[in-house]
Amino acid sequence: MDFLNAIVALANYILVPGIAYGSQLALGALGVTLIYGILRFSNFAHGDTMAFGTMCTILVTWWMQSAGISLGPLPTALLALPFGILGCMALVLFTDRVVYRFYREQKAKPVILVIVSMGVMFIMNGLVRFIIGPKGQKFADGTRYIISARDFKAMTGLSEGLAIRTTQGITLVTAIVVVALLFWFLNRTRTGKSMRAYSDNEDLALLSGINPERVVMYTWLIVAALATIAGTLYGLDKSYKPFVYFQLLLPIFASAIVGGLGNPLGAIAGGFIIAFSEVTITYAWKKILKYLMPEQLEPTGLVQLLSTDYKFAVSFVILLIVLLFRPTGLFAGKSV
Amino acid sequence: MSDLAKNDTLKNLGLFALVGGLIVIVGFVQGWNTAVLIINMGLISAIMAIGVNLQWGFAGLFNVGVMGFVALGGLATVLVAMPPTTEAWTAGGRGVAIALLLGAATIVGAVQVMKRMAPGHKRTIALLAVLVIGFFVYRAVFDPAVEAIERVNPAGTGYLGGLGLPVLIAWPVGGLLAAGAAWLIGKTALGLRSDYLAIATLGIAEIIIAILKNEDWLTRGVKNVVGIPRPVPYEINLQKDPGFVESAANLGFDPVTASTLYVKFGYGLLFLAVLLVVLWLAQMALKSPWGRMMRAIRDNEVAAEAMGKNVTARHLQIFVLGSAVCGIAGAMMTTLDGQLTPGTYQPLRFTFLVWVMVIVGGSGNNFGSVLGAMLIWFLWVEVEPMGLFVMELVTSGMADGSALKAHLIESAAHMRLLTMGIVLLLVLRFWPRGLIPET
Repeated sequence: MDFLNAIVALANYILVPGIAYGSQLALGALGVTLIYGILRFSNFAHGDTMAFGTMCTILVTWWMQSAGISLGPLPTALLALPFGILGCMALVLFTDRVVYRFYREQKAKPVILVIVSMGVMFIMNGLVRFIIGPKGQKFADGTRYIISARDFKAMTGLSEGLAIRTTQGITLVTAIVVVALLFWFLNRTRTGKSMRAYSDNEDLALLSGINPERVVMYTWLIVAALATIAGTLYGLDKSYKPFVYFQLLLPIFASAIVGGLGNPLGAIAGGFIIAFSEVTITYAWKKILKYLMPEQLEPTGLVQLLSTDYKFAVSFVILLIVLLFRPTGLFAGKSV
Repeated sequence: MSDLAKNDTLKNLGLFALVGGLIVIVGFVQGWNTAVLIINMGLISAIMAIGVNLQWGFAGLFNVGVMGFVALGGLATVLVAMPPTTEAWTAGGRGVAIALLLGAATIVGAVQVMKRMAPGHKRTIALLAVLVIGFFVYRAVFDPAVEAIERVNPAGTGYLGGLGLPVLIAWPVGGLLAAGAAWLIGKTALGLRSDYLAIATLGIAEIIIAILKNEDWLTRGVKNVVGIPRPVPYEINLQKDPGFVESAANLGFDPVTASTLYVKFGYGLLFLAVLLVVLWLAQMALKSPWGRMMRAIRDNEVAAEAMGKNVTARHLQIFVLGSAVCGIAGAMMTTLDGQLTPGTYQPLRFTFLVWVMVIVGGSGNNFGSVLGAMLIWFLWVEVEPMGLFVMELVTSGMADGSALKAHLIESAAHMRLLTMGIVLLLVLRFWPRGLIPET
């Protein structure tokens, strides 16, 4: 019984939050890695792109809520998501046309593009604060739990409860669907294949008649969709605050680099690696050890390796270790 | 001097005069107090910008962890200038010291295991064992010591305090602290591709801030350290000094205004002295064979390496130097504020804004960095009132109490980020070499 309780506690505090957070990071890292693969720079504005897309979703959600449109037990935000994606797509296409295209034609060095993306980051950050303000916003509705801790206890008779929030379930399902779609697109469709060809060898792709502007446009569209979905899921699961999205940049980049920049599969693996290390290292293990250890050996402290405030440090240390020992990431990425 | 060079000098002088003029206008419109405040922070920003310019302009290194180095300078101010909390030292000082030594020993041990043992499963297991055991021993010593320190008068001190030395000593110490951190990060991240250095520095800055916020025994965390001793007299003491009041009256100032201006000018002169020294050193470095080598490495690493230059070592050198300059500026800023508030360090303000200064001023040109710092800091401060003014103009036709009007006026405060982004993008697009280009 104690063993079962320990398993349930592990699932409740580590597995479920880790999977949800990992899916969100993976979606974010996919966006970063696609930009890196096709446009060949690290996009510092990605966190703020996520914030912008989520903001569009939130605004439409509020409008729907006031108009009485809802999805019943599911959050209304899911219905508003396509509109948010459209808004985000419009913004990134506009940015690409006005800002990035010039430097692409100049064949500017990647580091110049990174600095340009810094400027874009400022503008997007300013826009978001201008429109929705810097404060936290709530937009989740619908049923809160798929299964609540109390129901679970009643069902199984265990003393430890397992709670799965609706948002966590939605996150996982959406992430699986999106990733499946993305891989189908990249591997099966003509456009997807031309994107991969362009990423592998630009000159060869140009020679075989691939239109680079088209590839770039599709990349931005996909990135906008990924960023908005990742941002909305994160906002539903935790809360929406523009500054938090800016801070997400670090774990997202860590995920993309750990997996190998430019490698979509690596981005997903990296997202889960970073998420699970953050959750396990900052979790107070006392609760689980209590069930597994004999009574006299029970730990007195919380057995928390690091306080939750250091969660950035965790992704950073993993990043450093990977950079030191495998500079191209776990799954061979580019090292241009 | 050729005509062209003369023209350039004239243009540059004109640009500096323009920024000076803008600040004078602020003096007349918003009062001299505000103007001198802008100058003081502008001077500090100029030093930060020179630090970043050393790294980016001279060597092409992309450091987005400026905030971390600035914050380390702030930490130095606390560690040097605050009076020591003797009670806390006796309660847990020794424990913390031993724990930190144990932690360092663990890392040294791990590195030795890495170096001495043959690669394989045995090494991995030994390495993990050293790290895990070391970590738990460290925590076992560290935690009770920290608890003891933080129990000592938590509302007033609850930390170890500093050395009680004059605050000016903290400025070079801040540089040293930042240099140490830069050495560690440079050792690991330099030599990898440029984007990785960016991500690594972004991360180290966040970690430094997290440490300042959470290690209460060191910095009081978010409870802030206030009342850091000053290098200049206190206003209140000046106002009590009859000699000062009399000379102020002779100049036509009331004692309160005179004392605040006197103190601010005092700071300003100190900052100006540091800026001139740093600027002179940076100029000498730029013109020296060393500076030419740096730029050669920046422009073509492969060629420079073929000429026998040790690129990684030179990069490490200038990375440490530039970060040290940022650390000095950070210590100066905390001295000016008189308090260390870890909660206020934000990457947009302390990292990316400094980058805007360098790019706008002209990367690779030290005078450009100074000009860019003054101009951008001026904009950063003044865009908010200007935005408010514009918004009031725009909304003047709207009905009072309408939600849109309230929202627009409230949002004026966020204009500055937008403006900075637009300024940066415009400069990058139309004047990619900045206001004062590299010569």
